[in-house]
Amino acid sequence: MAIIEQKTIPLNGDEAVAYAVKQSDVDVVAAYPITPQTIIVERFSEYVANGEVDTEFVCVESEHSALAASLTASLTGARAFTATASAGLALMHEMVYVTAGCRAPVVMAVTNRALSAPINIHCDHSDVMAERDSGWIQLWAENAQEVYDSIIQAFRIAEHPDLMTPVMVNLDGFFLSHTLENVQVLPDNVVRKFVGIRQYPLVSDTQGKKVPFKLDPDFPLTMGPLDLPDYYFEHKRQQEEAMHIAPKIIKQVHDEYAKLSGRSYGNGFVDAYNVDDAEIVTVCLGSTAGTTKTVVDQLRSKGIKAGVLRVRTLRPLPVEDIMRALENKKAVAVLDRSNSVGGQGGPFFHEIRHVLYGAQSHPPIVDYVYGLGGRDMPPALIQNIYKDLEEIAKTGKVKNLVQFAGVRE
Amino acid sequence: MAEQTTQIAHPLEPFLRKTTIPHIWCPGCGDGTILNSFVTALKELEVNLDKIAVISGIGCIGRIAGYTNTDSFHTTHGRPIPFAVGVKLANPELNVIVISGDGDLFAIGGNHFIHAARRNIGIKVICSNNFNYGMTGGQQGPTTPLASRTATTPFGNIEHPFNLVHLAAASGAVYVARWTTLHVRRMTESIKKAIQKEGFSFIEIVSPCPEIYGKASKIGTAMDFMNWFKKASVIQNFSDPAQAEITAEKIPVGEFVDVEKPTFEKLLREMTAQAQGKVTGGA
Repeated sequence: MAIIEQKTIPLNGDEAVAYAVKQSDVDVVAAYPITPQTIIVERFSEYVANGEVDTEFVCVESEHSALAASLTASLTGARAFTATASAGLALMHEMVYVTAGCRAPVVMAVTNRALSAPINIHCDHSDVMAERDSGWIQLWAENAQEVYDSIIQAFRIAEHPDLMTPVMVNLDGFFLSHTLENVQVLPDNVVRKFVGIRQYPLVSDTQGKKVPFKLDPDFPLTMGPLDLPDYYFEHKRQQEEAMHIAPKIIKQVHDEYAKLSGRSYGNGFVDAYNVDDAEIVTVCLGSTAGTTKTVVDQLRSKGIKAGVLRVRTLRPLPVEDIMRALENKKAVAVLDRSNSVGGQGGPFFHEIRHVLYGAQSHPPIVDYVYGLGGRDMPPALIQNIYKDLEEIAKTGKVKNLVQFAGVRE
Repeated sequence: MAEQTTQIAHPLEPFLRKTTIPHIWCPGCGDGTILNSFVTALKELEVNLDKIAVISGIGCIGRIAGYTNTDSFHTTHGRPIPFAVGVKLANPELNVIVISGDGDLFAIGGNHFIHAARRNIGIKVICSNNFNYGMTGGQQGPTTPLASRTATTPFGNIEHPFNLVHLAAASGAVYVARWTTLHVRRMTESIKKAIQKEGFSFIEIVSPCPEIYGKASKIGTAMDFMNWFKKASVIQNFSDPAQAEITAEKIPVGEFVDVEKPTFEKLLREMTAQAQGKVTGGA
């Protein structure tokens, strides 16, 4: 299949989300304003007002209601989308778990922003790290182009009848949400065909009859009822099993999309930049990868064997990919844009270090908590981290397991 | 020839935190007028600032907690009332004043408002009603007039707005008033009254948002808002709050409710004393 001809338009990350949602034939959008997500919903409300979409759009009274409405729309069989950030995601927390537990394939954009207190509207990953264990698939974008591509892929992934698992697409607040980039967009009809019409898995009703899994008066079902020690555990186990088949579906959707668009993101799970022959490697999420890749280029030009591994799917965690990429390195640093207070490093560090425990050899690994509340991560800071890694690689000794990069001491 | 100039302190200086001034509100915004009225009320009442706690929510007016020279807390979105309830119950001697916006108090935090009013807990709530979520870019909110244009309702709002004074009265507030930022002296008097009153008091201040709502709604500049307030405001003290809907033609203003009712903190203290008396076998 030939790559489709595409136009390039200027979009910031939030607009890229709105544009992708516009093309994805979404039935219901329920949302509540919060910085830096707001542009998504503003743009989308313009599409609604202009008659460019056939979507029910509702401005609800809080984020809790935004996800509740998206969830229930999804349970009736609709394609549903919402977006939030920071305190909004925290307020949704109850519904985040309910959505995953109901196996409602909602797609949500999370414009990552710090949590209060003190109040801060800028980027870090504290908001979404609190939702790591909720049962959502998490895609992480490096730039506005990937935001656009990931949103479209997210609908296909979430709604796959074998998976039926909500997907959040993370984009760094302001760094991506408010930064204008040239974004290649597919024609409307191509996206519409790619996302297709939502299909429903068949489930047994109380009479043992196979019925589509959606709230439909013709095939009555109850969703979300009381589930005591008799069956709750099995249902939670089913969510885990779905996550085990998720990689197959994520890969299939990523590769099919790559054939259409000509764009791929590593193998769909990790984006390894100069990692194969590298001796020292940093591991990161989101937009920081862009800066880090530039630093890697500079180091390579000086003959330093540096690489960067960007994780694209934090859930399901690509354990094998991360392990294979890192196990033979001389030193590894995790870049954490959030902290697990009192937990010896940030949550991303815990993930990566945990993966390496299963590896054949264990490179020395350190954590750098950086960029909290939108603090910049300039190339100089990343260069210092690689300098530390060179030292660790040379001596094999870790002096500081966890450090804060770019903070006033 | 160099002229001799004398530095004169601003008369409201003791009530403001100089390090956070000048404020960041837009030119023509009503929030500055509300701040001015509020601190003027504090000055005229000669209250001890150590006995005042200002609690604000999220939104432009939320900054007010940082501008007043009192103990203050800038809370999460929609939650200034529960924060204030905690402060008031822990220290009933404090005069606890919530100053927040329509989106914060009546959408995401709406539930807290009706229950605090129902319990008649002695906090004072001042709402800057600018008809939209100004800070996040002017989305439609719970007080946006029907058919009004906002960032999310480009063809007009199809949701019916709250009549806030009716909501407050129906929920059980013992003092309810509404003014616009044109009614500076009356607003100040109402704030003074609320501060002195026991029980849940509510003052709605209809406030211009020329930069955001004014543009989307085509109401226009701050001066256009003020002209609207002047033309449409009708003082209707103690009229039926149910009939006090704000329309383009008419903004009913005035005091709507002023009654006495035992406060939650008083009843709670009495109940606790009674229960402790039983345990210890005392009177």
